[in-house]
Amino acid sequence: MSGRSALIRAVIEPLAALALAALAVSIILLALGTSPIDALGALLAGAFGSWLAFTETLVKACPLLFTGLAVALAFQAALWNIGADGQLLAGALLAAAIGPMLGAWPHALALILMIAAGAIGGTIWGALAGWLRAYRGVDEIIGTIMLNFIAAQLISYAIHGPLMEPSRSYPASAAIAPSAGMLMFAPPSRLNAGMILAVLLAVACWIALFRTGVGFELRAMGKNRRASAFFAIPIKRLTVWTMAASGMLAGIGGAVQISAITHRLYERLSPGWGFEAIAVALLTRLNPLGVILTALLFGALDNGAQAMQRTQGVSPVLVQIIEAMVIVIMLAFDSSLLARTRFRFWPPLIAPPIATATAKPADG
Amino acid sequence: MVESLLNSALGMATPILLAALGELLVEESGVINIGIEGGMLAGAFFALAAAYFSHSIAIGLIAGIGAAVMLNALFAAMVINLAVSQVVAGTAINLLALGLTGVFYRRLFGITGQAFTVHALGPIALGPLGRIPIAGPVLFDQNGLVYLSLLLVPPIALLFSLSRYGLQLRACGERPEAADALGLHVYRMRWLALIASGGLTGLAGAYLTLAYANTFVEGISAGRGFLALAVVILGRWNAWGILLSSILFGLAIALQFNLQALGTAAPYQLFLALPYLLTLIVLALLGGQSRAPTALGIPYVRQ
Repeated sequence: MSGRSALIRAVIEPLAALALAALAVSIILLALGTSPIDALGALLAGAFGSWLAFTETLVKACPLLFTGLAVALAFQAALWNIGADGQLLAGALLAAAIGPMLGAWPHALALILMIAAGAIGGTIWGALAGWLRAYRGVDEIIGTIMLNFIAAQLISYAIHGPLMEPSRSYPASAAIAPSAGMLMFAPPSRLNAGMILAVLLAVACWIALFRTGVGFELRAMGKNRRASAFFAIPIKRLTVWTMAASGMLAGIGGAVQISAITHRLYERLSPGWGFEAIAVALLTRLNPLGVILTALLFGALDNGAQAMQRTQGVSPVLVQIIEAMVIVIMLAFDSSLLARTRFRFWPPLIAPPIATATAKPADG
Repeated sequence: MVESLLNSALGMATPILLAALGELLVEESGVINIGIEGGMLAGAFFALAAAYFSHSIAIGLIAGIGAAVMLNALFAAMVINLAVSQVVAGTAINLLALGLTGVFYRRLFGITGQAFTVHALGPIALGPLGRIPIAGPVLFDQNGLVYLSLLLVPPIALLFSLSRYGLQLRACGERPEAADALGLHVYRMRWLALIASGGLTGLAGAYLTLAYANTFVEGISAGRGFLALAVVILGRWNAWGILLSSILFGLAIALQFNLQALGTAAPYQLFLALPYLLTLIVLALLGGQSRAPTALGIPYVRQ
């Protein structure tokens, strides 16, 4: 497949998917009795209409970038990580646990510790799901989903119990020490250094996936698990490592949220970033660099949706419909139906699942 | 005390059982539908909405079934006819259901703050049977949907063990190329399985709002659809195994609400997490996927 047509596809597909999704959503808006132009206009204004709106769009995009990278990495290995939420929460939990104790530390060290805590929490949560898949045959779809719920309950327990804030009057953890707070760039906006970290991690992911040996093995495993095993790629270990790395990315995202935005832990920290991340990753065909752009896009949708609710009375949950439609349309673009048209050299969006389902009982 | 726990357990098991039976049909035909969660949610909401506006439970049930069937139809078109990744398509269905139910819920009820409740499906006490000690209140004092779900188990079990159709369905899930070569309509059988599953999932969702909670809150399905997926695996793709596993999970969920009865000092979050923890532990111990239909999750394209 030529590089030029790949580039054209990379640009046209997401735009077309968005346009079609907007169309589908407009129908729903009309059914609700709202003008699609007003509603979508309010959405755009809310996302980009002012400097503060724009910075808030970036704020909303940040966790999506972290979780989007996590999902993209795992999906490249055909590991269906639906648990980015749980992994993010696990990272946030550890970060929020040590945050209040870092008062005496120098700023830079405290931040490093926060990020490390997030990384560790997320890594554990991801590796757990990976281990269950590789060594106990537990489908990672179920494994990660179950771990999502368990993580939510762990957080609930923590903030009602051991981590509860000192006055014990509301369910949240104690505020993190100021030294553990992320470097902010331009108050009163919430631009912060965590965003830079996210972008750097995206680049690192891309390099790891496309320029290293282990990245190659990971992608090979994603394309054909059984063949990879045959060629001595250590499937089981790689599964655990990939899920661990995926979890780590999400966990760091959780730590950044605590450090930069919320400064403490509370219930429902994530409004479903882990699921949104799937759309974010798919829209750019699991490319870590592309995730930067799609995370920005969905951050804009999330941010604008709140304005849309204020001015048009449309629930921000509408954005989830857009996300769903984007996934559906991107999948349709990839279907064998289109492959039989003149776009014959359409590379598949997700690694062909030929080997993944059958390889489960006979792993490694 | 124990009776009320078991009674609730059976009630809690019902939506999972219904959804799992539907998923069994679908998975035996070779498709994995993780969008059951979305189907259940949609069934729950639209059943309640329809029942609320029409003042008729029957219409509510039909609407709930219809909503889930439509979602499953979209899913079927994507994974059967377009042969796309089933996992991703299922995720899209879940997001779609969350979005649709959320948007319509807030538009119809959220702003006005009206009580979105209906008169519940009451229990149908089966007369003298209900008075048998212990077994009576547990088994014979449930509402109609619970009985229906239990009654569905034997026919589905027989479908797979005795009937030709069951065998053909299994063939689609084991080796669709061979089934196709033998003249079976793989696409059609998978479609039928998904539609039937939609009906069952819609019923499961309708149970949640019409019989159990009598109202709707966003995300009311709370992962029960995913638990149904686990139940199919735990039940070893066998209707009776699914029944047992569903009851196990129903028990775990019912325990959340019967803490006082147990007088324990354990944090309530442990009990809320129990069904999910149990899933992981049991699946890990039993080693997962070995009895899955061979072609499960692999899109089949007719050559």
